[in-house]
Amino acid sequence: MSDIPTLSAGSHQRHGSNIGQPLTRRDGLLKVTGGARYAADNNPDGLLHAVLAVASIARGRVTHLDVEAAKAHPGVVDVMVPGNRPALASDPDEKSNPFMFRLDLLQNDRVRYAGQPIAVVIAETFEAATEGARLLAPTYETEQARTGLEGEPFAPEKVGAGNAARAQSGDVEAELAGSARTLEAVYETPAQYHNAMEPHAVVAHWQGDRLVIDTPSQGLAMAVMRVAGLFGLTPDKILVRSPFLGGGFGSKGFLSSAQILGILAAKLVDRPVKLALTRPQMFGPVGHRAPTRQTLRIGLGQDGKLTAIDHATLTASSTFDDFFEPASDISHTLYAAPAIRTSHEAVRVDTGTPLFMRAPGEATGSIALESAIDEAAETAGLDPLEFRLKNYAEAEPISGLPFSSKALRECYEQGAARFGWADRPREPRTMRDENGLLVGWGMGTATFPALMFEAEARAVIRADGSGVMETGAHDMGQGAWTALAQIAADAIGLDLTRVTFNAGSSDLPNAGIAGGSGHTATAGMALHKAGEAVIAKLADLATEDEASPLFGADNVGVIARDGKLLRRDDESRGEAFGDILKRAGLSNIEARGKAGGDNAAREHYAMHAHGAVFAEVKIDPDLCQIRTTRLVGAFAAGRIINPRLVESQLFGGMIWGVSFALHEEGIQDKRSGRIVNGDFGEYHVPVNADVPSLEAILVHEEDQLVNLLGIKGVGEIGITGTGGAIANAIWHATGKRLRRFPIRPADLLG
Amino acid sequence: MNRFDYIRPTSLDEAIAAASQPGSAFLAAGTNLLDLMKGNITRPDRIVDITKLPDLDRIETLEDGSTRIGALVKNADLAYHEDFAARFPAVAEALLSGASAQLRNAASVGGNLLQRTRCRYFYDTASACNKREPGSGCDSLEGENAGQAVLGWSPSCIATHPSDFCVPLAALGAIVEIKGPDGSRDVALTDFHRLPGDRPDIETVLAPGELVVAIRLPAEAAGFAAHSRYLKLRERTSYAFALVSAAAMLRLEDGVIAEARIAIGSVAAKPWRAKSAEAVLKGMKAEPAFFEKAAREAFAEAKPSGDNADKIELGRRIVARALTLASAGTPTEMPALPASPFAPLPGASANGVAHV
Repeated sequence: MSDIPTLSAGSHQRHGSNIGQPLTRRDGLLKVTGGARYAADNNPDGLLHAVLAVASIARGRVTHLDVEAAKAHPGVVDVMVPGNRPALASDPDEKSNPFMFRLDLLQNDRVRYAGQPIAVVIAETFEAATEGARLLAPTYETEQARTGLEGEPFAPEKVGAGNAARAQSGDVEAELAGSARTLEAVYETPAQYHNAMEPHAVVAHWQGDRLVIDTPSQGLAMAVMRVAGLFGLTPDKILVRSPFLGGGFGSKGFLSSAQILGILAAKLVDRPVKLALTRPQMFGPVGHRAPTRQTLRIGLGQDGKLTAIDHATLTASSTFDDFFEPASDISHTLYAAPAIRTSHEAVRVDTGTPLFMRAPGEATGSIALESAIDEAAETAGLDPLEFRLKNYAEAEPISGLPFSSKALRECYEQGAARFGWADRPREPRTMRDENGLLVGWGMGTATFPALMFEAEARAVIRADGSGVMETGAHDMGQGAWTALAQIAADAIGLDLTRVTFNAGSSDLPNAGIAGGSGHTATAGMALHKAGEAVIAKLADLATEDEASPLFGADNVGVIARDGKLLRRDDESRGEAFGDILKRAGLSNIEARGKAGGDNAAREHYAMHAHGAVFAEVKIDPDLCQIRTTRLVGAFAAGRIINPRLVESQLFGGMIWGVSFALHEEGIQDKRSGRIVNGDFGEYHVPVNADVPSLEAILVHEEDQLVNLLGIKGVGEIGITGTGGAIANAIWHATGKRLRRFPIRPADLLG
Repeated sequence: MNRFDYIRPTSLDEAIAAASQPGSAFLAAGTNLLDLMKGNITRPDRIVDITKLPDLDRIETLEDGSTRIGALVKNADLAYHEDFAARFPAVAEALLSGASAQLRNAASVGGNLLQRTRCRYFYDTASACNKREPGSGCDSLEGENAGQAVLGWSPSCIATHPSDFCVPLAALGAIVEIKGPDGSRDVALTDFHRLPGDRPDIETVLAPGELVVAIRLPAEAAGFAAHSRYLKLRERTSYAFALVSAAAMLRLEDGVIAEARIAIGSVAAKPWRAKSAEAVLKGMKAEPAFFEKAAREAFAEAKPSGDNADKIELGRRIVARALTLASAGTPTEMPALPASPFAPLPGASANGVAHV
């Protein structure tokens, strides 16, 4: 008879931290039961529906809109056109800072890209508004659209979020001239269009001089300031609610024209208005990833070490605003070389203004650089991993700064071991599976900067021993409701169940922007600081009170744990939060905290997350169909707050990498400038069958310099490295080096 | 979407009478029609919902041994009908390779025949399209046309018919049962769809008010059950229309091809039966050299309609592969990825029919 111990049910109390626990999403039940209310789920009394009419030409002028026909349609309430659009306090074309993107708010009859809003029809029903928009039957004076990358290029000063467009270390030309071997290759990436599951939507409700907006936002405080500026309101008159986003990926960082038009429509008709973009309307006015043509020149020494990297990007921006995909910047950080030069040029085309899209610059740059590094390894006669290790950057190459932490070597080791990389034959087209399919293995390095922005938070401890922690943070699906609550609970020494965590509304403290993979670090640090501050206040109450067991402990300090303050030097002596407050006659105690990057540390250290992605593809040798059969990524991104959510984030990024390599492409008709595959039937993203096996290894990394919590961020890194790994695996399977993305079956013919 | 009359008749005669008026459209599952209406690509004045009509949802064997499939049978129900799938495995495989599970659960057999092209310019109402708006021109000719037709196209239209289901049906000699104001008639599936000529807007032989009520497969079509495949080349592993596809069926007698059936999908405005290629194989041994010869013959008349010469080469390869797979025998179980080159063929390399 075996001796099986009886496990008592016990209490499920945890004495450790909330941080690090693989908790499931706290909003998961709401989401899968339809209880999570997204912006377009709001239906205030008296709601009207607005539908955009968008331009079908890319350049020219609207000469006529049949407003009468639209208005005559049953249910149509009004039609907003340039002539009757309510006045704005500032010009939509004003640009007083680089992050103020110009908007299309019916300021005139000009058309500057296909899909631009040219009118808004407001009706009692969505269907009536939709038909009203069709009945406008616009006529145009059409000018020849400028498309493609063939126009006259110019050199912008700044790219991406304000990086210098050109950077250099060493003498690239001299190094190339003196190199044992050189290679030069051109890589092309397509336009990709923002298509979060939830299209942009707004429900706008003017309540006297107050404006309430339900709309998905990755930057609530910025949204308030933008609306305030456009409508001449003070920020306190504006409430933006954004508890849930059905994905953001950069497209909801700034309010789009469509969202402002919804607010204008509500003003015009003096009733609440809902405006939601249709899927086809996502292909134009809400930002996209610009196409690039990247030329990489690489020099190699006899020893297989890089002598030079010259990374030149040609990209496209709109004719009326500036955003330049900073693709070359990826070469600043990854591989050591005595000379590195990065540069950007751009042309102007008749499209909407390109914008931030998950890993802007890093994603486009990575697929080119990682392909080129693979080609260099081949030229050097080295295994691609061995080549990367040989050229491992111990300090950030172009700046020379030491890394605050860099566990990339461990990522290479763990990823390679899990994948079985050691068994890879170096020669291409040497592996087949049991069915005769070509098999190829490739790898890529992943990297993304560890950014931090400024944010604030508020912490409250109540006399019943519970806590309230709040900041206007944004849950885009990544799990902020959960991960930030874990940080918040630890900050005040309470279990998560004892903490009310508030986020997702602009009347809460400014949580910065959910972008640049910096939200958990930024909002998390603000919560941490607020918690620290409120605990300090509580500690003052206790240590100065003779009746408290903590009296006089101010010298040794106290710690907060399990709802109690404890003497740091003697944890048997302590007092519950509630007891301290009650004795002081307080119902609660509150404090605020602020966070931001440590500028001193950031001047002296380069801060990046890293990773290594290994891909297996199978390809039918005759039919040329391609499938990514295995992906293993290993990522080091500082301290992991919630491994379950982080794994999902990394998976999402890696799947987008599959899309980048094999599927996604906005196809533009070169004559009309219209995107001709603007729907999910034709604009392909991967389906489950395209990603049969996916693994993400979380590599341990400690970093005391990025921030006190040691968080680097994982939102974007997964898309880097993956695309290149797949392209390199395709080469390994077939012997064909394909440099135009996405790679299609027909590209492998012949 | 425009405003329209909605009629839901309960008898066939009533439905036909209702739909005989100009501007009418039959509605079954609506998996294509409703999208077209939402996009203003088609704007019927009158919708005749046929989903309440009796007796159109049956799969039955007739006295002459033929199989009759009612027009309202769902794609998924037909594909998972065990007896049907055993007799016509390539048809089941084609059905299961199309769209998504949700769409297959809704979409009807009759509607599948009548689905419209996926030509991008047909869907973009700002583009010229002779199919959508007769006489307006074809913006695809000089546009993005990599997926367009290589057989049977005309300068007025280079669009393709996207159906998977119709491809093995064409190969097996399926008959379309039609009922209309003037009574009933049968039309061979291969004659049901029209090539574009100068009227690409007229896509089938259906007259106003005529309704597809059933599809029949003749008794002899089941004679290919042991050697039947459908294979589909896609730009992603699932949930995509074919770049090009092929159905191949063989009747083998002592290793010799007594009869072959070949049809190609997504290459023309209709499912393309390749009779001359079938003739190449008659009496030949089931060997790769003959399959390749037949594949070349299947595309003998093909010519690019734009930037799509690759499609001809890929088409030849998929026909040859489908024949090779068919000769190896119908899989005993439906592959997990139906019609996919990535569907593993149990013991494939062992019996010499690997993917090479």
